[in-house]
Amino acid sequence: MKGNEAFAEAAIRAGADGYFGYPITPQSEVMEYLMAEKPEERTGMVVLQAESEVAAINMVYGGAACGKRVLTSSSSPGISLKQEGISYIAGAELPCVILNVVRGGPGLGTIQPSQSDYFQSTKGGGHGDYRMIVLAPSSVQEMADFAGLGFDLAFKYRNPVLVLSDGAIGQMMEKVELEEQRPRFTEEEIIQNTPWATTGKPKTRERNIITSLDLDSGRQELHNIALQAKYKEIEKNETRYEAIQCDDADYLIVAYGTSARLSQKAIDILRAEGIKVGLLRPITLFPFPTEIISKLAGQVKGILTVEMSAGQMIEDVRLAVGCKVKVEHFGRMGGIIPSPTEVVEAMHKKIIGG
Amino acid sequence: MTKEEIRQPENLIYKKTDLMTDNTLSYCPGCGHGTAHRIVMEVLEEMGIQDKTIGIAPVGCSVLAYDFMNIDMQQAAHGRAPAVATAVKRLHPEKFVFTYQGDGDLAAIGTAETIHACNRGENIVIIFINNGIYGMTGGQMAPTTLPGMKSSTSPYGRDVHSMGNPLKITELIAQLPGTIYVTRQAVHTPGNVRKTKKAIRKAFENQKLNKGLSFVEIVSNCNSGWKMTPVKANEWMVENMFPFYPLGDIKVNED
Ligand SMILES: Cc1ncc(C[n+]2csc(CCOP(=O)(O)OP(=O)(O)O)c2C)c(N)n1
Ligand code: SF4
Repeated sequence: MKGNEAFAEAAIRAGADGYFGYPITPQSEVMEYLMAEKPEERTGMVVLQAESEVAAINMVYGGAACGKRVLTSSSSPGISLKQEGISYIAGAELPCVILNVVRGGPGLGTIQPSQSDYFQSTKGGGHGDYRMIVLAPSSVQEMADFAGLGFDLAFKYRNPVLVLSDGAIGQMMEKVELEEQRPRFTEEEIIQNTPWATTGKPKTRERNIITSLDLDSGRQELHNIALQAKYKEIEKNETRYEAIQCDDADYLIVAYGTSARLSQKAIDILRAEGIKVGLLRPITLFPFPTEIISKLAGQVKGILTVEMSAGQMIEDVRLAVGCKVKVEHFGRMGGIIPSPTEVVEAMHKKIIGG
Repeated sequence: MTKEEIRQPENLIYKKTDLMTDNTLSYCPGCGHGTAHRIVMEVLEEMGIQDKTIGIAPVGCSVLAYDFMNIDMQQAAHGRAPAVATAVKRLHPEKFVFTYQGDGDLAAIGTAETIHACNRGENIVIIFINNGIYGMTGGQMAPTTLPGMKSSTSPYGRDVHSMGNPLKITELIAQLPGTIYVTRQAVHTPGNVRKTKKAIRKAFENQKLNKGLSFVEIVSNCNSGWKMTPVKANEWMVENMFPFYPLGDIKVNED
């Protein structure tokens, strides 16, 4: 299956109640697949093509506020438009899953894969102090897995979850194992699991209000403090990464998604040359695997981050490493995927020889 | 007679609906928002659908509508209420869903969301308060500001050549096949309040019958934004707003 299709199928199977989207390359297959699958007949899931990304994310807001499992997908320029809604969703503490199949920017840019939305994804993106849980798949299997995991995390923390993919993973075909169909929540389950949701006020409870507004600065600060405490909790519990050949490593590459895949090839070449290089692949970009990178920094002689951007994640790596070892970046921009040999060259030039 | 004596049950001919909370309204005295709120809530009470209704509040003076309406409510981003309501209704077809929006919300930043929700014929009710101005942010020009009308961003009066023409969004959306009931009302006199209430009732009855989108515009005042006393503002509204925004049904699709 294609990465985008695997994500769409996994969303149906994760018991999603609604998808709201707007076409943009390279992720349109998500909605195309969903429309073709007639999930309304399969599970009762609603799929709607909105008039814009702005409308789509606000539909997600409305659906999530009802305690429903809702999702959307887009690519970079569309995600920029969605930032307004994402900030409101974070402010109102609503659970949802958002897929960004990143393409090269800034502006209209290119439709080829890129990783240049890292800052936007991990540092807030919209207005206000907020964070999303950011999952970075590096395979079609993970595209599928992260739909369900995304919903689980989103509901556990009442927080938006972003799946940060790119055009390469969205478009590539791989074998994939899908989870069994999960039942959609019943009305009773929703009322029980999400007692805060707007499901219609019975006489027996106070009205439920979903809002991100509090005109009282004192209370607004308290709300912010509570959000920050939640993000700390997420950092404590949900940091995910993969450490490949790190045990004996003298050097380290830190890379996620597509960059991690090609870095692994680069490491094979370097190891064949007798240079022991390991790969640390963050799976969650927020929370960032700071601790393990800091630990590995005490072991290795240098770190290269490989990102299809001008170097964005490198800032988080440098924060984790402090001044322990040299950290350099290698990447290509504008939708170009670097080749493993380019990574090998960069490793020699910037880290080993430099 | 003391207040307590007057408030005896036998003297009561009219009381506040339980669907309005006891919170003090945040609106300026004389503003139409309060009356509009009350009649929407009265309709929900009379229809007995409090427990089945989800309201969407806008950005604008009525941003705090959920403080006053005793029902489940969501507060939407500026202009996005029709998109929010679309999803709520699609995911809860058996619930009653309405948006409550001002002209800046509905006819400026949210034009796209408004037109497309109407055009899709979402089975919801849109209540649209047209006071010809941005009240909350301090009386700036709205899409519905009249030609020559002064506002803080059209201090010499709206010049249609440089500032564009007022937008008759209600007439515009009446053209769309998705809307089945489009009407323009007012709440400045008891008679008009009754007519508006009837219109709102009809709108919710339409939703009950799965007919499609009902749109109730309420031409209202913004005495603060217009810099007039409440009485003067209502007089000005009758004289200037009603000729441009004539009251009455614009579209009634009975089938
Ligand atoms: C994205 C965004 N832009 C601007 C604002 C500022 N703003 C708040 S209320 C408002 C105008 C609302 O006017 P209207 O809808 O006519 O409602 P009224 O206050 O007159 O009832 C504006 C521009 C905002 N909150 N969000
Ligand atoms: S500013 Fe205008 S619209 Fe807002 S409450 Fe006052 S009178 Fe009403």
